[in-house]
Amino acid sequence: MTLVLAADGRPLKASLNRALRRQKLRALMLIAPLLIFILVSFVMPIADMLFRSVENEIVVETLPRTVATLDGWDSESGQAPDEDVFTALYFDMVLATEYKTHTRLGSRLNYEMTGISSLFRKSGRGVGRFDTDTYTDAIQAADPAYADPAQWAAWMADDTVRAALPMTANTYDAWAAMIIETEEDVPAEEVPWNFVFTSLYLEVTEGAEPPVALDLSGVPLVSLRDQFADVDEDWLDPEVWQVVKIYSPEYTNGYFLNSVDRFKGAEGAEVRPENEQIYITLFIRTMIMSGSIMGMCVLLGYPIAWLLANLPARKANLLMILVLLPFWTSLLVRTSAWKVLLQQQGVINDTLVWYHSTWFGQLLDPVFMGLLNICYAFVNVITWVWNVINGIWGGTDGLYMDWAVAGFERLALINNQTGTIIAMTHILLPFMILPLFSVMKTIPISYLRAAKSLGATNWTAFWRVYFPQSVPGIGAGCILVFILSIGYYITPELVGGTKGVFISNRIAYHISSSLNWGLAAALGTILLVIVMGLYWMYDKIVGIDNVKLGG
Amino acid sequence: MVDNQSAFVAFERVQKSYDGEVLVVKDLNLSMPKGEFLTMLGPSGSGKTTCLMMLAGFETATHGDILLDGVSINNIPPHKRGIGMVFQNYALFPHMTVAENLSFPLEVRKIGKSEREEKVMRALGMVQMQDFAGRRPAQLSGGQQQRIALSRALVFEPELVLMDEPLGALDKQLRETLQFEITNLAHELGITTVYVTHDQTEALTMSDRVAVFDDGRIQQLAAPDELYEKPQNSFVAQFIGENNTMDGVVQQIQGDTCIVRLDSGDIIDAVPVNVSEVGQRTQVSIRPERVEFDRTRLKEDAHTLKAEVLEFIYMGDIFRTRLRVAGKEDFVIKTRNAPDQRRLKPGEMIEIGWLAQDCRALDA
Repeated sequence: MTLVLAADGRPLKASLNRALRRQKLRALMLIAPLLIFILVSFVMPIADMLFRSVENEIVVETLPRTVATLDGWDSESGQAPDEDVFTALYFDMVLATEYKTHTRLGSRLNYEMTGISSLFRKSGRGVGRFDTDTYTDAIQAADPAYADPAQWAAWMADDTVRAALPMTANTYDAWAAMIIETEEDVPAEEVPWNFVFTSLYLEVTEGAEPPVALDLSGVPLVSLRDQFADVDEDWLDPEVWQVVKIYSPEYTNGYFLNSVDRFKGAEGAEVRPENEQIYITLFIRTMIMSGSIMGMCVLLGYPIAWLLANLPARKANLLMILVLLPFWTSLLVRTSAWKVLLQQQGVINDTLVWYHSTWFGQLLDPVFMGLLNICYAFVNVITWVWNVINGIWGGTDGLYMDWAVAGFERLALINNQTGTIIAMTHILLPFMILPLFSVMKTIPISYLRAAKSLGATNWTAFWRVYFPQSVPGIGAGCILVFILSIGYYITPELVGGTKGVFISNRIAYHISSSLNWGLAAALGTILLVIVMGLYWMYDKIVGIDNVKLGG
Repeated sequence: MVDNQSAFVAFERVQKSYDGEVLVVKDLNLSMPKGEFLTMLGPSGSGKTTCLMMLAGFETATHGDILLDGVSINNIPPHKRGIGMVFQNYALFPHMTVAENLSFPLEVRKIGKSEREEKVMRALGMVQMQDFAGRRPAQLSGGQQQRIALSRALVFEPELVLMDEPLGALDKQLRETLQFEITNLAHELGITTVYVTHDQTEALTMSDRVAVFDDGRIQQLAAPDELYEKPQNSFVAQFIGENNTMDGVVQQIQGDTCIVRLDSGDIIDAVPVNVSEVGQRTQVSIRPERVEFDRTRLKEDAHTLKAEVLEFIYMGDIFRTRLRVAGKEDFVIKTRNAPDQRRLKPGEMIEIGWLAQDCRALDA
């Protein structure tokens, strides 16, 4: 192929690109505010959430020396680690206490094992009072040069001394950095702390050559293992150390295991005891309830959308306003309104009680009871399906729809799953109606007429001709409603009680109350993956280009 | 005319109103024999489509009876009427293939699979579309879709087929081909057809009879040639084909001819159609191709008018000449492009006239 040239002799492609560059740049500038906004407020938080669900740097950052020495500890020995691990822990704890990071690590590890938080807080207070001051006193008594801050600084700048005393050099450097950062002092003017002398003592007794000769043969060893055990006996519990060891890597799948009612044991993932399992049940409950809400929305929304699409313009507009009205009302107001309607002493129950007390109520009692029994049977079927699915997963939480049908007790319509389904169906209904309506509007009435003229009854004409053409609208509405409801939070929180809450309520709890953001992130990630998986399945089965949100 | 008892389709004093204030169809009476191709022609809003929809069963008559084969069908729902229908926008079901579309009316009639397939292929054969059985409507051109719509309306062998402006969306050439195909098919199968259109050429070329609708009434119901040559009133005369009209007063009536004095004072010959007495105001209408400007071709005593040539338009097969006649500037004459035909020049003064029977004195 020959290169096509523009009038000025340059290649045509280059000329075209030049001509279009300005246009492209301008287009980019127009969308820039939105692009930046989306990046900052949407893409970055999601990326951060995905990262948080596996991130676990806090252990190795707070206890670097302990983590390193813990490698040599056999977690199956049934014994707490040896002295050298406690030595490393001593250095790390002193520094962490000074940096005030030990409590954070304590709360982090407390998610994995209850009690670690208080253990760390207690130890943080305790490490300052360890008996290691005997080392300091003995060394300074042996040679006063060791009490001179400037001398220390000079030694630690000398490579031969550093090579002879690597551990002391390491602890001194950490101490110096800490002094500068937390005390805002000059290290050359301060005598090093006890833990620096501890490392010096340990190295000298093992035969290292100090800058000024020291005889420490008469100074007894202070067991740091005992010192820690004095502060809290839990330090001798191998399980505590197991948790530290399991969570020492920078990245962990522990949050995800937690999200599916497992935990990270010594030999990998283990199932939590039954009474501690909640998340899988909650996930399945969220899915089933979202499915029920979606189904209710289809059943209720389809006829309304049909009316909207087929009524004369004036009536359709009025109906459209009624459909949109909930959008203009605060979510909280709507949910609270349901509380007023549904509660035990609420409007619906009061009406039913009043109705029952009237003579026609008595008369129609069998009819009403029959209807209620049909509803009850329906609820029972859902309950049964739910419990079967739940049984497969080994969950314990059954579905309870507490319908009182024997006699005229007041119905429990709120603070359970019934309440959540009713309120959320109402709130999400417009999201079903609008895509349905926009698709139905494009289906001309002549299709139905054609079907009837060809001999189809009203039902056949609807089912064989109209309904298949409205399926893209149903698909769009279902995706919208299901995805919205699977992540819904405020309504289940207000009307769901304990049995009607969703996984998102648990996420919110971990974000704002337990502050276990890693677990919240892992739960959120799983939710995201489920939604994407369903979307993928939908694409495979129905085809995503069959989804129409508008004409 | 057919009387209502032996008619296949009959409207008896049918009225229709949508809002209870305005009658869209006023006192409609119509009867059709079996096998007739009848066209309802009229401007939009004249009530022709409403009549069709009442016949199909999608609208109910406010008053009167609609009879099919002697039986009133007012209370029979559309799907039990067994009437085939072709819609303006074809209304082929987009989610079904061509074959599925055609087999739909057979399925709802619970016809067996093998018989269904055979009938579908036969119906597709009638419109030469067998090769397209597996396609979806969206993959077909407009003309192909219309053929499918037609064969779908015929596949269950209805005795009556209704067509609601079926060719409206097609281009001229395709329209002409399909007009021909539809009439041939209808006559071959002996189907009674009611065809609605606002295109008068379509109405004239296809129909056995044409019902011209205006203002909710049938203005004239006649065969195409009668409709064109003998319009009963000025609406029909104006609506069908091109016409020159002039207003005037009847001066003299002698049997089947009369003399009209135009508002300009000129005297012309005409046939009295719906004028009956001297002094009545009238609108005379004359077809452009019946106007003569060669004195030798007119009767000795024929009245003539002076005319000035304003414009000469060469149209290939014919010449169209616009004249100023009796103070009006929109008088048109059409002449055949024959070797000896005179080509008039703008500004030329000529004398025009016509045979009395070609000029019809109608209601004013």
